[in-house]
Amino acid sequence: MAQIKLSNLKHSYMPTPKGPDDYALKEIDVTWRDGGAYALLGPSGCGKSTLLNIISGLLTPSEGQILFDDRDVTALPPDQRNIAQVFQFPVIYDTMTVGENLAFPLKNRGVDAATIKRRVDEIAEMLDVTELLKTRASGLSPDNKQKISMGRGLVRDDVNAVMFDEPLTVIDPHLKWKLRSKLKELHQRVKATMIYVTHDQTEALTFADEVVVMQDGEVVQIGTPVELFERPQHTFVGHFIGSPGMNVLPCEARGDRAVFEGHEVTLEGPTHGDGGRTDLGIRPEYVGFSDTGIPARVTKVSDIGRHYVVSAMVGNTALKAVTEHSVPEPGSQVFLQFKPEQSRVYRDGWIASEERTQ
Amino acid sequence: MRTENQKAWFFVLPVLGLVAFNALVPMMTVVNYSVQETFGNNQFFWEGLGWFEQILRSDRFQAALGRQFLFTLLILLIEVPLGIIVALSMPRKGFWVPVCLVLMALPMLIPWNVVGSMWNIFTLPKIGLLGYFLNDVLGINYDMTQQPLSAWITVVIMDVWHWTSLVVLLCYAGLVSIPDAYYQAAKIDGASPWSVFRYIQLPKMKTVLTIAVLLRFMDSFNIYTEPFVLTGGGPGNSTTLLSIDLVKIALGQFDLGPAAAMSLIYFAITLLVSWVFYTLMTKDDAQ
Repeated sequence: MAQIKLSNLKHSYMPTPKGPDDYALKEIDVTWRDGGAYALLGPSGCGKSTLLNIISGLLTPSEGQILFDDRDVTALPPDQRNIAQVFQFPVIYDTMTVGENLAFPLKNRGVDAATIKRRVDEIAEMLDVTELLKTRASGLSPDNKQKISMGRGLVRDDVNAVMFDEPLTVIDPHLKWKLRSKLKELHQRVKATMIYVTHDQTEALTFADEVVVMQDGEVVQIGTPVELFERPQHTFVGHFIGSPGMNVLPCEARGDRAVFEGHEVTLEGPTHGDGGRTDLGIRPEYVGFSDTGIPARVTKVSDIGRHYVVSAMVGNTALKAVTEHSVPEPGSQVFLQFKPEQSRVYRDGWIASEERTQ
Repeated sequence: MRTENQKAWFFVLPVLGLVAFNALVPMMTVVNYSVQETFGNNQFFWEGLGWFEQILRSDRFQAALGRQFLFTLLILLIEVPLGIIVALSMPRKGFWVPVCLVLMALPMLIPWNVVGSMWNIFTLPKIGLLGYFLNDVLGINYDMTQQPLSAWITVVIMDVWHWTSLVVLLCYAGLVSIPDAYYQAAKIDGASPWSVFRYIQLPKMKTVLTIAVLLRFMDSFNIYTEPFVLTGGGPGNSTTLLSIDLVKIALGQFDLGPAAAMSLIYFAITLLVSWVFYTLMTKDDAQ
């Protein structure tokens, strides 16, 4: 087990990268605490799998260093880094039994038979596959296969980190939830550093203590699920996390107020900087209906079970609001209230208003 | 209740008719010949299983069958491992993939009799490139028209040259279908190159290898044109394989009865061995 530190990490798949656009990863600096559960979240193609493969050693970065507990492992191959990785599609050695599959990483490292047996039994018990130990692995269902893939990672008790590359992609929805809670439970039991790559916000937010949000090869924000939801540092985070995502509305900033479609909105605090594209960011959860406020016309109401999503037009700008009761009729005129402490200004995508400190 | 619809049979009928005319009816003629004796004039006499007994007891048939099994065994032992090795060393991506694939496919595109003629001219002592090189440059006494051993080596190498590509292409198809994640997982699990081959590549190639072995068995067991053009079955009878002997009996000596009995035995052996191969190689999957 180890602390993982990435310093000035850059990677390009091209032999001679020219501009920043040639880099799949642009300047990554992150430190991950020993024993933590982290998620790398971002849309497809944002570089999160590249980053994962660099940590596991399947790829060598073009620039920068990877440190495991201050030991530079940048040039080491995967088997010498002592990490485990679980892939998108379950990897199973078809001709072996479940037990042999679990024992394989230990056997390759020359561990003695008694230890192998003890570890395999322990892991099998943790994963609820004890009764499958003697069956051929090729006939298992996808979720059991994925469990075995995880098991092969966890069977070594000295791993520095366990990495998951979208491991629930091929799992049926009703089993996803089960496997996810299993993973959480495993993390609490084995206490290894775990890094989980996904494009699914639910998976990331339920698994991780801290989420790293990536876009176009850059880390946009690192924070706990609550931080990401409550105070997105970038409109991308606001939009990517939450369902529906944050409203990003073009506005003008004036001190601690923003002017949006001719209406004045109180912000969380004073804004800084000037120029660039200025947007007002507010989550649909914090847009309320009232008797006074910003006039809007309701265009659509969707019932999504737990609450209603109301789409409305303010002038020429569309926005969404979430409400649990007092649902307006489509086509009707309503007045909106933006919660001041949740209204922020973003300049060129990055947050530009200051948190009000009492 | 599920109602059975018998309409599907009508769709099979045309194929059945076609197969009847090009396979079943001629086959029945052979069956007919195999149990009768004729002295010409289209007069036939009932012979029962006599021809079968005679063929099975004859030294000539047993020798040809022995040569046939030896030939098939040799080429399978060479072509299958060689095919796997070549497939493993072929590039998986990039510019050289199509080049390798075309080069591999080339020998298979050449007609059988041309292959035989090519190798005949190539290996003739004095005038053939290889024959001249071996005899006059390296000083090795090689003459496939006179020495049984030279003839055998030439026939086997010719078949390896002609058909290893089939095994290569099938194995290659199996190899490229293995996702990268398997190799990456094996790296992380600390697997040795041998383990990667044994536990990932070989199992993934198994289905195509079964097909390759079956095809190579059937083709090599029924081989006729290439050795016939190359050596004509000689020197002596040393490279007279079953099919060559069969043609000699049927069309050379015009012994229709024994030839018919022999083809049926030949057919039965091919079928039996194919079945045994198939059952053995797919045994694990059934469990």
